[in-house]
Amino acid sequence: MTEVFGVPVAVILGQLMLGLVNGSFYAILSLGLAVIFGLMGIVNFAHGAFYALGAFAALLGLQWFGINYWAALLLAPLAVGVLGIVVERLFLRHLYKLDPLYGLLMTFGLALVIEGSLHQLFGASGHSYSVPARLTGAFNLGFMILPIYRAWVIAVSVVVCLSTWFIIERTRLGATLRAATENAPLLQAFGVNVPLLVAVTYGGGVALAGLAGVLSAPVVLVGPLMGNSLVIVVFAVVVIGGMGSILGAIVSGLALGVVEGFTKVIYPEASNIVVFVIMAVVLIARPAGLFGRE
Amino acid sequence: MRSAAIPYALAGVFALCVPLLGIYPVFMMQLLCFAMFACAYNLLLGFSGMLSFGHAAFFGSAAYATAWLATARGWGTVSAIVAGVAVSALVGLMVGMVAIRRRGIYFAMITLAMAQLIYFVCLEAPFTGGENGLQAVPRGTLFGVLSLKSDVVMYYLVLAVFLAQFIVIQRVVHSPFGQVLKAIRENESRAVSLGYEVNRYRLLAFVLSATFAGLAGSLKALVLGFVTLSDVQQANSGEVILMTLLGGTGTFFGPVIGAAVVVTLQQYLSDIVGGWVTVIIGAVFIACVMTFRRGIIGELAALLRPRR
Repeated sequence: MTEVFGVPVAVILGQLMLGLVNGSFYAILSLGLAVIFGLMGIVNFAHGAFYALGAFAALLGLQWFGINYWAALLLAPLAVGVLGIVVERLFLRHLYKLDPLYGLLMTFGLALVIEGSLHQLFGASGHSYSVPARLTGAFNLGFMILPIYRAWVIAVSVVVCLSTWFIIERTRLGATLRAATENAPLLQAFGVNVPLLVAVTYGGGVALAGLAGVLSAPVVLVGPLMGNSLVIVVFAVVVIGGMGSILGAIVSGLALGVVEGFTKVIYPEASNIVVFVIMAVVLIARPAGLFGRE
Repeated sequence: MRSAAIPYALAGVFALCVPLLGIYPVFMMQLLCFAMFACAYNLLLGFSGMLSFGHAAFFGSAAYATAWLATARGWGTVSAIVAGVAVSALVGLMVGMVAIRRRGIYFAMITLAMAQLIYFVCLEAPFTGGENGLQAVPRGTLFGVLSLKSDVVMYYLVLAVFLAQFIVIQRVVHSPFGQVLKAIRENESRAVSLGYEVNRYRLLAFVLSATFAGLAGSLKALVLGFVTLSDVQQANSGEVILMTLLGGTGTFFGPVIGAAVVVTLQQYLSDIVGGWVTVIIGAVFIACVMTFRRGIIGELAALLRPRR
């Protein structure tokens, strides 16, 4: 009765929900990438490494200082963001005048350093991080079981994405940021501290990655390479959505997570590559991406 | 040009004498394979101005194809290499057709994503041995006469192939085709206005680079006798960029030096510092981007050039 393609509906819904959770991570990560790229013109290859750092910050905060999940949700992204600002001040700011490819290469090297160090210090194997007590258990929706933590991840991601979109598109701070991308010297002449703005933007973008790391810590194993292949999927998501498009990053992030989940049901072998295949198709049909303007 | 002949001659003499000097030939062969890989990559980045982040896909797919044909199908050495190179050319054509639609960083990200696709295909395809890869690949005999079992014989074969590829790449760069590529790199809209079909040139450059990368991969599979997922992984694409950048993009000899430095670092440093070698490679990457973007050869050339 409740079967589609010979697969029980509950299984399909379960996979779609898992896909939506993955899509939530894609959305937060591609949002951070889109913010950094849109305002600084830098493709942040280290995004996956910062994501792993966020998760490790939560894990180590708990093990060493007894910082609980709720505090980590705030402190870990903050720590990752501060590190991002340091990186921007030390390295990235020297590269703005050059070909944007140098930013990509520098952050690639940075990713190697961060992931290599995590690997050496904490080992290759994954560490588990328990779901906070208040978010354990599950809702019974009648047609399927929805673990509370997964619902929480989706909710947080939607709230974070929408508020970031709101800040950039609808507030005075956002208007200033966008002005900096249009004409930085003029904005500087108006008395705005543009270098600080840029540094904070990078910090904010990687803090989003750190937040995604904390959110994912209870549902994946925390390991040094957890962001290594994820960042490539997120790159594809950003290309599909249209580089620099905030809304495109959010929508395509969530949508591709769901598509991936659906592929797991009908043809599991293709679930790893479906995003890349979609990217190729989108590029052939619409080279600027679904939401890109060019 | 004449002063450049001396280092070339010295390098040539050194390369010929390697087996006599007591340097482990397998190490030198590995170095030469990566030098070929970096030279192939440089054809694209240095001479056509396209930064691909997915060259491991071509290196790896050729290596897998050659290894599989030589082990499971019992193909001869030469035919296995030719088939492997053909596979990489085909993969290059497929990836290139998608990637050349965009420029700059978009191009880099698209090649990266397409290469990840190839990686997953290699991970899950039935003939690649999954996580184990393909082991015990026989080197076979050259043209059915010369056994390649001996490392010294194999070394001279690899050296000959390396030299041939090095010369062909130089010829390509100095050919009218290479000049058009350079024109496209410097000013694409002008090349378009002069009537060149820019995308066709870019695609051909991409496929050529992929093909040469495949040749390096096929040889490497025979030299070491195994192919694993690390040949087709993103880290391998990153390493070839580092080799090219470190040695000097757009110079002929730079990628060779870069490959020598990186392979030597990995070989000898990993004995001393263990897993920290990744961190060191990353730090070298950062240092290279921050301080000497012209690479070792590029900076040397700038130093030696008389000030005008």
